[in-house]
Amino acid sequence: MNIISRKPRFVSGLRLKENKKSEHSPISVIPPPPRVIIPMQMHAGAECSLLVQRGDKVKTGQLIAQSDAFVSAKIHSTITGTVKSILKTVSPATSTIISAVEITSKIAEQQQDGRLDSDTANAGLEEEKVFDDSGHIKSAEEFRIFLKKVESEQGAGLIQKIKDAGIVGLGGAAFPTHVKLSVPEGKKIDTVILNGCECEPYITADHRMMLEYSMEILAGAYVIFKILGPQKVIIAIENNKEDAIKLIADKIFELGLENIFSISALPSRYPMGAEKTLIKNILKRKVPVGGLPLNVGVVVQNVSTAKAIFDAVAYDKPLIERAITITGDIIKPVNLMVRIGTLVGDLKNYFGVLKEKPYDFIFGGPMTGFSVANMNFPIVKGTGCVLVKEGMDLTEKNCIRCSRCVSVCPMNLMPLMYGTYAKNNMWEQCRQYYIESCIECGSCAYVCPSAIPLVGYIKTGKAVLARKK
Amino acid sequence: MDSKIDEAKLIDSGEVYIAHPPHIWSGFSTAKVMYIVLAVLALPFAAAVYFFGLRALYLIIISMATALITEFAIKKLRKKPFYMDGSALITGLLFALVLPPRIPFWMAIIGAAFSIAIAKEAFGGLGFNIFNPALAGRAFLAICFPTAMTSWYFPAKWFVPGYAAADALTSASPLSESYIYEGTRAALYKDLFFGNIAGSIGETSALAILIGGIILIALKLIDWKIPVIFIGTVALGSLIFGNDVLFQVLSGGLMIGAFFMATDYVTSPVTGAGRIIFAFGAGIITLLIRNFGSLPEGVAFSILIMNAFTPLIDKYVRPKPFGFVRTIVKKDGKRK
Ligand code: SF4
Ligand code: SF4
Repeated sequence: MNIISRKPRFVSGLRLKENKKSEHSPISVIPPPPRVIIPMQMHAGAECSLLVQRGDKVKTGQLIAQSDAFVSAKIHSTITGTVKSILKTVSPATSTIISAVEITSKIAEQQQDGRLDSDTANAGLEEEKVFDDSGHIKSAEEFRIFLKKVESEQGAGLIQKIKDAGIVGLGGAAFPTHVKLSVPEGKKIDTVILNGCECEPYITADHRMMLEYSMEILAGAYVIFKILGPQKVIIAIENNKEDAIKLIADKIFELGLENIFSISALPSRYPMGAEKTLIKNILKRKVPVGGLPLNVGVVVQNVSTAKAIFDAVAYDKPLIERAITITGDIIKPVNLMVRIGTLVGDLKNYFGVLKEKPYDFIFGGPMTGFSVANMNFPIVKGTGCVLVKEGMDLTEKNCIRCSRCVSVCPMNLMPLMYGTYAKNNMWEQCRQYYIESCIECGSCAYVCPSAIPLVGYIKTGKAVLARKK
Repeated sequence: MDSKIDEAKLIDSGEVYIAHPPHIWSGFSTAKVMYIVLAVLALPFAAAVYFFGLRALYLIIISMATALITEFAIKKLRKKPFYMDGSALITGLLFALVLPPRIPFWMAIIGAAFSIAIAKEAFGGLGFNIFNPALAGRAFLAICFPTAMTSWYFPAKWFVPGYAAADALTSASPLSESYIYEGTRAALYKDLFFGNIAGSIGETSALAILIGGIILIALKLIDWKIPVIFIGTVALGSLIFGNDVLFQVLSGGLMIGAFFMATDYVTSPVTGAGRIIFAFGAGIITLLIRNFGSLPEGVAFSILIMNAFTPLIDKYVRPKPFGFVRTIVKKDGKRK
């Protein structure tokens, strides 16, 4: 039985230089950092309110913030230590000013200074141990035991576990996972797509996750399967990751899951991994404007999210760490398993900057990420990659109406119009050209020969229009 | 929840976010686009010099230089940055290619300067002009100096030993009624195809234009729809009007117009559907002028007329976005 489908062979989209420098570097689990800064909004949805105060002692995995709103995700402390301060930062999700909490750990501090006394160390290790043996399914037997456990639970109970773990989509949009899995009455999901495309250049975290945590990802996917009860689960992987395709296919057979799981090996084109284009390419269904994948009977989840779901269900482990790729113009492009809230600067020893150049630190992929000028910015739940790169410094020229942006836009829009109208503050006109349909993939600005920052104009336009409403 | 907020640590949003995504760029700049087009235009350029001699070369050089200098001067006068992006050179070259071979140099200078100063810069520079600058320059000269602009000559066979430029014979435009070709039909087609015929210096060689056009289409720099539909419309219309189809397609400015003028980015629509309308319209107008107008040739004017419609086409021919659903507005004004 062949479970790998290689259709469609020809798809539209950009061919980008892949630059996957860290492809062969295994994800190394690094010790907890001396401090973390955890923003109160790392997800799409409402900001959380803090449950702790300055000076409080917190433990790894302890709930420190939550919100009553349905669309929100709980936040847990990611290290054991003390709440040092509560500060203000920019929300990585909405660019508004929100609070963040700074937690410092005594052990890690001492460790760094090289004067760690054994008492503190042992006490610390005990505390950290809670989730130590989580993460790995060692045999098919263990996998089956886990499946039995899942089978014995109700869908609602599983969703509650996911909610308690504060899981959000780890692919970048950071949409709370329990919301995505709570399908409204009357809607039927027939297909779950597990997204392992990772179509942006440079990023390799999901690729490595698939290679190193294949069983756990399948286990997490099985939880989703149990909750939503679709007919099939399709794992979407771009064909530049043949090793992952093969490994996962083997695992599916080994675990006897070939009746539920199949793999779609897709051509590597940007933006393949965007939900709408992904669903179109695999299922030939079009998500309506303003609609969600569930309108066409589909739920898409990222592969790393599936792993987090497994951890939550198997060990009640909250989302306190994630795999990220640190890459770019640095000495050693790496994949690391880091605690949420770790500052990039504190990871410097693991990758090493080449010179003291004024670098941009790009959080997220090069096509959609936001850039930050300094290293004191925390890695949050949705950060799959930190790309260290010199700024591009392009001069914006006049639009020559070459229509490259029009032909490349996956949403079938006319991006040049947003540039033209935004410059004159003609936002209503932007709406007439369907600005709200834009998925901000960045393809238009990438190809624009006049280097017009179209995505910047689009973001501004959308924000202005949203405020007007 | 009343922990004091550490204002000192406030990270100001202006300081944090520095650039919009994407953070990588194709590197395929406007200047690169222009220089590739310019390189491809070397083909009709070479054909022009081959068939019409050094005079064609002088005309081209003068026009290109005038265009460049005019653009530079205007940018400096308006205190705007001048980019050596090659667009002025293209305008100058295209303008020269549609001139008759014996037009006085000063007229070429006036025309090229008009192309840049009025047709392009007065509208706001590259990207904002409504009309194709090269064709606008040509139209301007045709109105100011109608005689000079319609004096056609047989190709000056400067490569034939013992041939003096002064011997050049005047000829009617092949498209006018008074034109008589001495030779077989097959020889006429051959001359039209290779370019050994009276006409503007760059428009006579269909072969050179075709090769250049195909290169641009293969490089995805121009959309095949415009030349194919433009020429196709003229061919089909000629069939209906009972004209000689091959002759209509190969003569006059149709080839250069369809491949190099109508495909100008700035002055043609940006969507596929818009371009089909644009090219079809230009084809129809060409047919009308050729068959019913007082001018023998209508390509330049047909493109200019369609240029004027381009903003309108782009306004009304909008592609429906991915997953578009028509919202039905009911009588009571509520959306369904
Ligand atoms: S790609 Fe850039 S120059 Fe070309 S039409 Fe779009 S916005 Fe204009
Ligand atoms: S307009 Fe939006 S969806 Fe279209 S290419 Fe640009 S960023 Fe992508």
